[in-house]
Amino acid sequence: MRILAYADRISVAPGESLAVKVSCDGLDRYDAELVRVIQGDTNPAGPGYREERIELDLGGPFAGRHQALRPGSAAIVEPFPSARLTDGLTLAVALWPTLPGAGRQTILAARDPDGGRGFELALDESGAPSFVLSDGREEVEVSTGRPLVAERWYCIAATVDPVSGVVRIGQRPKRHYSAVGDSGERDHRDLPSGGFVPSGQRLTIAARSGADGHLHGFFNGRIEAPRLLSGALPLAEALGSMDRPADPADPRLVAAWDFSRGIDTEGIADIAGSAHGRLVNLPTRGVTGRLWQEHMRDWRQHPEGYGAIHFHDDDLCDAGWETDFTVSLPELKSGVYAIRLFADGESYYVPFCLRAAGESRKRLCFLMPTASYLAYANNRIGIDVPETEIMCGRLMEMHAGDLFMQAHPELGLCFYDVHNDGSPVYYSSRSRPVVDMQPGWVGKLGGVGSNLWQFNADTHILGWLEHIGIAYDVVTDEDLHLHGATALEGYDVVITGSHPEYYSLAMFDGLRSWIEAGGRLIYMGGNGFYWRISFHRDRPDIIECRKSEDGIRAGSPGAGEYHSSLTGEYSGLWRRNGMAPNVLAGIGMVAQGFDESSPYWRTEASWSGKAAFAFEGIEADVVGDYGLSGRAAAGIEVDAVDHSLGTPPHTIVLASSRIHTQLYLMVPEDMLDPTPALSAVETEVIRSDMTFYDIDAGGAVFATGSIAWAGAMAWNGYDNDIAGITENVLRRFLDPDPF
Amino acid sequence: MSRYRISEADRPYAEEFRRNLEADTYYHSPGLQRVLNVMRGSPKAGKYVLIVREPHARWALGRMPAARGEPVEIVPNVEYTDLKQAEWDVFCRRWKDLTGADLGIERPGRP
Repeated sequence: MRILAYADRISVAPGESLAVKVSCDGLDRYDAELVRVIQGDTNPAGPGYREERIELDLGGPFAGRHQALRPGSAAIVEPFPSARLTDGLTLAVALWPTLPGAGRQTILAARDPDGGRGFELALDESGAPSFVLSDGREEVEVSTGRPLVAERWYCIAATVDPVSGVVRIGQRPKRHYSAVGDSGERDHRDLPSGGFVPSGQRLTIAARSGADGHLHGFFNGRIEAPRLLSGALPLAEALGSMDRPADPADPRLVAAWDFSRGIDTEGIADIAGSAHGRLVNLPTRGVTGRLWQEHMRDWRQHPEGYGAIHFHDDDLCDAGWETDFTVSLPELKSGVYAIRLFADGESYYVPFCLRAAGESRKRLCFLMPTASYLAYANNRIGIDVPETEIMCGRLMEMHAGDLFMQAHPELGLCFYDVHNDGSPVYYSSRSRPVVDMQPGWVGKLGGVGSNLWQFNADTHILGWLEHIGIAYDVVTDEDLHLHGATALEGYDVVITGSHPEYYSLAMFDGLRSWIEAGGRLIYMGGNGFYWRISFHRDRPDIIECRKSEDGIRAGSPGAGEYHSSLTGEYSGLWRRNGMAPNVLAGIGMVAQGFDESSPYWRTEASWSGKAAFAFEGIEADVVGDYGLSGRAAAGIEVDAVDHSLGTPPHTIVLASSRIHTQLYLMVPEDMLDPTPALSAVETEVIRSDMTFYDIDAGGAVFATGSIAWAGAMAWNGYDNDIAGITENVLRRFLDPDPF
Repeated sequence: MSRYRISEADRPYAEEFRRNLEADTYYHSPGLQRVLNVMRGSPKAGKYVLIVREPHARWALGRMPAARGEPVEIVPNVEYTDLKQAEWDVFCRRWKDLTGADLGIERPGRP
């Protein structure tokens, strides 16, 4: 992939503009065009790839240039008041390293770029704390020589006495085991010949400044309560000072950063003065620190327990690329569009939603699940996760894009990955190239057949809408989050994507309020409304999810870390927040498997009764024994009725799946007492229920309970019973008559 | 890491896998599933994957590296034009890796 790009927005209205940021690798020039995305499946057995070129001069061709991706989180304090340190210094900090010994890692540095004058506390190559002094020509380094043990709390202190010329460093574990040998101290009796010269430019935490203007030497792990005092304290006193919060009244205190303040911000507060700083690339806040105790659950209630920040060398919040060109969107019909960048036989798509202009809303809306796209952005399932082959029941296919992702981990992570240090990923951002959100992209979990996932899987729905010729608008999750039910106002029917899994409170409430006001929802997927996420308060390009308690997840947050750092909300399953998907959709997630899907067997209710309109003209007893996502209509991730979880009592089950492979296992949140009968072969719990319920105000929900549904609609050029059922439901939902 | 060790006693499941590939079904017996779980559950380093040469048409055989950023190794002179052929070939390779013996069963669909 020699072109990468992203835009500043994912949802725009006519008249608004989109800033496109592009990086080229070995391409001097590239061109750009606007396309409407209609059907992104390239499977020869599918309905055929389709996009529509829009006549609009975007200003190209453009000069290609390389823009780098620079992952790694840190804090920067600039300017840093170093003048008070000329009489010597004491530096103390608490540390919970996660990858000691994996290269040199800076803890705190106040040093001219690239090893110039100043001082730096780091973990050396062996993982032992090391203190470096430099006068710009000569360097003195003293290490404790005692490598730290991963994932244990330590206090580290270093002192410099310019009069005696003694430099000391020491470390003390929070819990001491004499057999481990991870405490100790060292001193050194010669300063550099130029003496002790603190740098006055900038102080960095968890990284150091390079001569190239970028940060290097990233630290992996947690840092808490770094503080600097003027003068050299006895080492024992310096280490002991970490047992208490820094005292702002202490006249020796030059700076002390209390990370428990402003946890929901990207700033760090100096409680001694005004050396406040800013965070780069969103390290993880709201994590437990050295003073955390087992009764603490919420950083808002017990900030003193959450004074640490977890830094990672692979955090990437914002690529920060410069804009290459801006597109002002003309009056076009609402839809899913993309800026297509192309050169030398290569293409890269930057998709976005063009909303309807002002009053020109249509009656039908496709709710583009952009939060779920973001949750899976650049996911490394099948690349980093070797178990994916078991889950999919077949060999992993590595397409060119997968090989590119394997070669370029700097693209950043998502909720399905773990950091290099094994800790779970809590944040995902769209301010970076999201390579797997493009038409034509083949996924890993999409089942036997086309194997599509999220964005590209949803083009099966867009293609079907185009095929039946019913006009629609598009609105994104981000719009629903920012504007609630207002984002859907005026629409009679909303269609979801194939896997609308991640919902914020505002999204959940907004969709529910719209249904209660008479809106009719077609839930065209599986495992929807599952995880509760938080959006960054000021930046909707960033979301957070902490997969607390249970659910299907790549990693588990530590004890006491179940609350979002961005908002304080209790993160995790909506089910654990008292609102299971069943409350909204009528059904909720029961199992997943990524090989073969199952047909649906009809119930009596599909032949006659209130909801039989869905099957009008459908003669078969069994429907959906075909498809592009697992070769049948019910599968991948499947949902079923569960009245104990809030399925409305009058919900009608029109059909259910029956035959799933052994790869479909009961979800952890349903598994109270594990027994050997948890696979779909043995338990009837695992099935997809096709359901309908309505409410007095005229609102209604039709739910398919299957990610594979859209792939079945697209079978045989959208000419099949599953597409027929969906069209029946859509046309009836557009009819305002009560049910 | 699986506790189960594949042995000659699992040979009937190899036969079943061959039949299932021919029948184009993913519904396996519990015994075959256990064998497949062992084979497919290997760690990332050295794991067999298919390198797509032409989508839906042609694949090479590759082995994953241990870490992010490292290149995927291409197994020389191995290419498939059908996914069942690839599944069977990798099954046989893994059988030999895990038991030390050749499976010696002809691949499905061979004319």
